[in-house]
Amino acid sequence: MHDVRSTDPEGEAFQTEVQPRVHYLNATHGIAAWLLTKDHKRIGLLYLFAISVFFLIGGVFAMLVRLELLTPEGDLLSSEAYNTAFSMHGIIMVFFFLVPSIPAVFGNFFLPIMIGAKDVAFPKLNLMSWYIAMIAGFMILTTLLMGGVDTGWTFYPPYSTTGSTSNVVLAALAIFVMGFSSILTGLNFIVTVHTMRAPGMTWGRLPLFVWAQYATSLIMVLGTPVLAITLGLVFAERVFHFGIFDPKLGGDPILFQHLFWFYSHPAVYIMILPGMGVISELVAAFSRKQVFGYNFIAASSLAIAIVGFLVWGHHLFTSGQSAYAALVFSVLSFIVAIPSAIKVFNWTATLYRGSISLQSPMLYALGFIGLFTIGGLTGLFLAALGLDLHMQDTYFVIAHFHYIMVGGTLLAYLGALHYWWPKITGRLYTEGWAKVAAVTVFVGFNLTFFPQFLVGYLGMPRRYHAYVPEFQVLNVLSTAGASILAIGFILPACYLLHSLFKGEIAGRNPWGAYGLEWDTTTPPPPSNFEVTPIVTRPAYAYTHADVVEPYGGTTEGSGESGGQEVRSV
Amino acid sequence: MTFPFMPEQASTMAASVDNLFFFLLAVSAFFAVLIAVLVVVFAVKYRRVHEASVGAPIHGGLVLELTWTIIPLGIAMVMFVWGASVYFDLARVPQNAVEIYITGKRWMWKAQHLTGQKEINALHVPVGQPVKLIIQSEDVIHSFFIPAFRAKMDAVPGRITTMWFEATKPGRYHLFCAEYCGTNHSGMTGYVEVMEPSAFQTWLGGGAQEGSLAEAGEQLFNKLGCATCHSGDSQARGPNLEGVFGTTVTLANGQQVLFDEEYARESILNPQAKMVEGYLPLMPTFQGLVNEEGLAQLIEYVKSLSQGGATPTPTPAAVPGSTPKPQPSDP
Repeated sequence: MHDVRSTDPEGEAFQTEVQPRVHYLNATHGIAAWLLTKDHKRIGLLYLFAISVFFLIGGVFAMLVRLELLTPEGDLLSSEAYNTAFSMHGIIMVFFFLVPSIPAVFGNFFLPIMIGAKDVAFPKLNLMSWYIAMIAGFMILTTLLMGGVDTGWTFYPPYSTTGSTSNVVLAALAIFVMGFSSILTGLNFIVTVHTMRAPGMTWGRLPLFVWAQYATSLIMVLGTPVLAITLGLVFAERVFHFGIFDPKLGGDPILFQHLFWFYSHPAVYIMILPGMGVISELVAAFSRKQVFGYNFIAASSLAIAIVGFLVWGHHLFTSGQSAYAALVFSVLSFIVAIPSAIKVFNWTATLYRGSISLQSPMLYALGFIGLFTIGGLTGLFLAALGLDLHMQDTYFVIAHFHYIMVGGTLLAYLGALHYWWPKITGRLYTEGWAKVAAVTVFVGFNLTFFPQFLVGYLGMPRRYHAYVPEFQVLNVLSTAGASILAIGFILPACYLLHSLFKGEIAGRNPWGAYGLEWDTTTPPPPSNFEVTPIVTRPAYAYTHADVVEPYGGTTEGSGESGGQEVRSV
Repeated sequence: MTFPFMPEQASTMAASVDNLFFFLLAVSAFFAVLIAVLVVVFAVKYRRVHEASVGAPIHGGLVLELTWTIIPLGIAMVMFVWGASVYFDLARVPQNAVEIYITGKRWMWKAQHLTGQKEINALHVPVGQPVKLIIQSEDVIHSFFIPAFRAKMDAVPGRITTMWFEATKPGRYHLFCAEYCGTNHSGMTGYVEVMEPSAFQTWLGGGAQEGSLAEAGEQLFNKLGCATCHSGDSQARGPNLEGVFGTTVTLANGQQVLFDEEYARESILNPQAKMVEGYLPLMPTFQGLVNEEGLAQLIEYVKSLSQGGATPTPTPAAVPGSTPKPQPSDP
């Protein structure tokens, strides 16, 4: 194609680049250059490194929990050790991996590029958010070394404020601190999207990943302070014996549950919305097609962010809260499921008459669609009042939210990691192994968590160190699945690390995908673009003019899209 | 060893909860299979043949969007209404229920029958008769869970919660603590023994040392000196407690509250919270002087002072001293 691309009015893209080109990885060198960087791309990588460590630690605890549950007797770990293991697994996975995962890594790296910005609005705050996260991480690791915490990730008083003898204060403070990194990230994204868009990048042309990050950021900024307040009150009661939650001191334990879930239910959407954004990108890229119902997917992200704030009471159906409150929370919980359903239908419709390539990121995306659908549908079971009384606090709940958080968020995270890996590192990974890993994760995940629906309906309560013998068969299946899942997570670690050193050099646009991040060079230059792009087309406006660079191609400069026609979405 | 896939249906509510479950399962299976089939079919049928091909330029369709918004919303509302109706059946305690007081404490369940029988980590109940559990906690939050009855209710410190069931099959069923309560949470388990009414009578006759719960409550009432002010005469410093249980009392601020177990409990532990009209705030708190089991006895004694005061319904002969009262629909 010899049309001039809009980002490059001078037509310089056709001149072979002089090697070595300066890009964000080789612009400066040394530890200090990384630790003091204000480049959003490098900060994204700092986060990637940090949360990978947390994922590993959280995963070890998950494996300990599953191994303990292989037999009905509490034989592998003591009660205290088991309670600490599931608590640390929950705290680390939720607050130190899932909440920062997609926003802090891929949001930081790609959101500015996708809107044609040079960086985020507040680069210094961005770096600060990483340091705050590291301080929080250091605190939680200290908690761990001191023997951990055994309250579960939910910190319900009065157990957390008067009952537990573990390191509740330090763990709560760690999460308190971590919340500020979340707030700063959210604030940065909101301001960036509002003020840093390239010429022509209208709201209606934003990639859906950006819409999802924007909706997520609203929740981060509005919800996280409530968590901070709540944990502050736990701290005040535990240390100074202020009577806030403990009835013996004149407090009310149910108050904590309202405060905690006012943040922690929206937090579920902090975890899943960015994943949904990733899936929109992947489905579009590997179908080479406009996402079906762009406006509806963008609007449903905002709808989830808003309605998600109004459903927290569905965690309290068995707590003795008023029956009328329960009714309201139940109906709102059913309503919040609808935007998610709309997304699933739209992704499926996007596949219709697409040009579908089942490369590894797409396998994760299709896996996400299936698992997220099951996760969402089982949420309806728990929103139904009469059923929830039986299922509350059983393994059915565990299975449901793992289908959302692992089958959803984690698969989307892996999909994003594979999709953007060539752009981030400039290298290609081994596609064959990546496909094997994607299938392994899918199979292992289902074997791990599907039996938990069954054992949950049978009545096995969560957070049980020992259980009655008739639950054993399903628990053995679950533990076997967890072992397969572990292999599925180890594989990418191996071939991605291998690709860093031995992988083929990636071109500008190895997938033949449409988007500003594929227009710029690989790896991107420090300021993201040689020339500020001018956007003239809506997102995902695939035409035959978008020449495709074959997977594995190593040439720079192709993958040019052009065309000045502006199509409405 | 058996490997069940569904818990036993051993209460009147179990079948209706399961039917709702199967309805949701059918709807979920339909949509999950629909999505899965469409994804697989599209992925195969529209797989990329030429390296440079792109998908068809389809943007969306309003009719489709409305269809898959409105239909799922309609189905969701059916689920909500059905779920809510089952919930209200679970929340409304029948009039003629046998009452048993349950106290959770780390890490055991204590049950107090009105006849004065006590048991730990076990609960004996008659078959074919509604049983109301009046649940308290001595320390942290617990949750009383009987999977075979599809019934669960948290034991929340500082308040009373209630649940009910009617067992339909004699036998022994699991009892679990479902709310994490610390170290030995998974050991806070026991069983529910459902017995034929005659066998249950025999079991109840197995002797309670201190008489019925209400009698024990009367002793405690005197021991704590409650009678000094609640003497029953018109000049007394405290309101007369005879005949008030189950009625509505007027507070000093003009509000009306139902005198139920929760109000009785709160009045003992936090007397100044809801003062009855016409009395001075003189009563001290009994927090720390009386535990949850003592509270159960006191509440039961106060109830016994209102025998025949509230709506007269046949008291189950098995349980002297239980007083039916109008049930608020609010659990």
